[in-house]
Amino acid sequence: MTVPAPAATPGLRAAARIVAAPDGRGGTALPVLDGSGPFALRRLRPDGCEARVALVGAMSAPLGGDLLALTAEVRAGAALRFTTTAATIALPGRTGAPAAYDTLIGVGEGAQLCWLPEPLISARGSDLRTTTRVDLAAGARLVLREEQVLGRAAEPPGRLAARLTVRLAGRPLFDQELCYGPGAPGWDGGAVLGGHRTVGQLLVVDPAFDRHPVAARPLGTTAALAPLAGPAAVVSAVAPDALALRRLLDSALSQLNAATRKSRG
Amino acid sequence: MTITDVIAAPEDPARPLPAPAPAPVPRAGGRGALAALLVLADGRFPAGGHAHSGGAEAAVKAGRITDGASLESFCRGRLHTAGLAAAGLAAAAAAGIDPLALDEAADARTPSPALRTAARRLGRQMMRAARATWPAPALDALAADRPRGAHQPVVLGLAARAAGLGPLDAAYAAAYEAVSGPATAVVRLLSLDPFEATGVLARLAPELDAVAAAAAEAAQRAVREGPEALPAPSAPLLDITAEQHAAWPVRLFAT
Repeated sequence: MTVPAPAATPGLRAAARIVAAPDGRGGTALPVLDGSGPFALRRLRPDGCEARVALVGAMSAPLGGDLLALTAEVRAGAALRFTTTAATIALPGRTGAPAAYDTLIGVGEGAQLCWLPEPLISARGSDLRTTTRVDLAAGARLVLREEQVLGRAAEPPGRLAARLTVRLAGRPLFDQELCYGPGAPGWDGGAVLGGHRTVGQLLVVDPAFDRHPVAARPLGTTAALAPLAGPAAVVSAVAPDALALRRLLDSALSQLNAATRKSRG
Repeated sequence: MTITDVIAAPEDPARPLPAPAPAPVPRAGGRGALAALLVLADGRFPAGGHAHSGGAEAAVKAGRITDGASLESFCRGRLHTAGLAAAGLAAAAAAGIDPLALDEAADARTPSPALRTAARRLGRQMMRAARATWPAPALDALAADRPRGAHQPVVLGLAARAAGLGPLDAAYAAAYEAVSGPATAVVRLLSLDPFEATGVLARLAPELDAVAAAAAEAAQRAVREGPEALPAPSAPLLDITAEQHAAWPVRLFAT
């Protein structure tokens, strides 16, 4: 292995910030919507009381060495839906340095966040570490989808470590790190992915689960719905490709939405 | 003294050899503690682990384990995911971190309810065996706080501490158990040659060393920063198939 030469220019450092707050008329305002570099945030048409924001990839990122930070704050009583317009592709940089992409999310009391980005694709030779940390106040609602595609068509993946930590009212609710590719021994074996190349999880936190928890059940042979130790449920899935994965997660989400709507009466 | 102190001692000429224990009874950190690790990690320690295949039964049924090679890649993946998570929790409990906070951290690291139930059942069995073997107030306190069982790695770490072992020793016991269970189970499930299964474990030994060391290091960080500093590696197929396996009407192993 060759030692990478020192970077002539350091990787990109970029940050974006979203703040959603009640607008006082039953809707949600977006008092802060800031992004630089690869982050271009677009305000979409709201849906009822829910504000909608899309992240438009304005340049290729993250490359090795890049440090990206995304912050979202949904204040008490607000509702936000976040999407991205395209998949995020982790690519190798010029220096061999790893890239970091850190997302920090806060959801206030009675607030609601749907965090539904497109998949993250780990391209051959890339090295990316992502962290997503969500702090939920009591009574907050969350729908969060995370999908990873390991390698573009017919290529092996790069190195990817993705940690998702969710705390509810200051206590740990969900803490999982997925590690794949070179440097993650056994990632492709029968305990972790068993040859599958896409993996995803859908996490739903809703106070309605306190009274009516969902029952665990398999969803076919490569996915399962599981109640967490708290008012939440997670769908974990592996699939042969991104389309099959999305179908699995979409179908699970409509079942979960139906369950929470029913229990709210 | 921990197992690595004993192993490292001859390599360091400046370091005096361990002095013989002054008291006849093995004391915390004393030489007797190495033998205590053998007792704790022995598959015959009556803590119920033999009833669990660690996901191997489901993997055999799905055709993901068919021979020694696929058993090895299964065990390697399990070691670096569920094994590392368990080793971190066990090391942290042995380091003296609040077991109730660790029990909560274990819940957050175990999205499968079938695996949470199994971990608590195994924790209760481990608690019964540990209290009889190495009585300690910390074990009594956790048993009173979690009468239906705390997560097994947390109890294992407390048991290690009660036996005079250190965080690294607890990490070794948890990491070894993460692969010895599936390897033994597959001998029965596939009629795999037992020599081949033991060969798999022997080949994984250097990685067991690395995982135990990483877990013990993370436990030291967790002493300063809290349980969130512990590793939380996930194995999607283990979680997914655990729910399917739990629904089988007839099975040889509990998990």
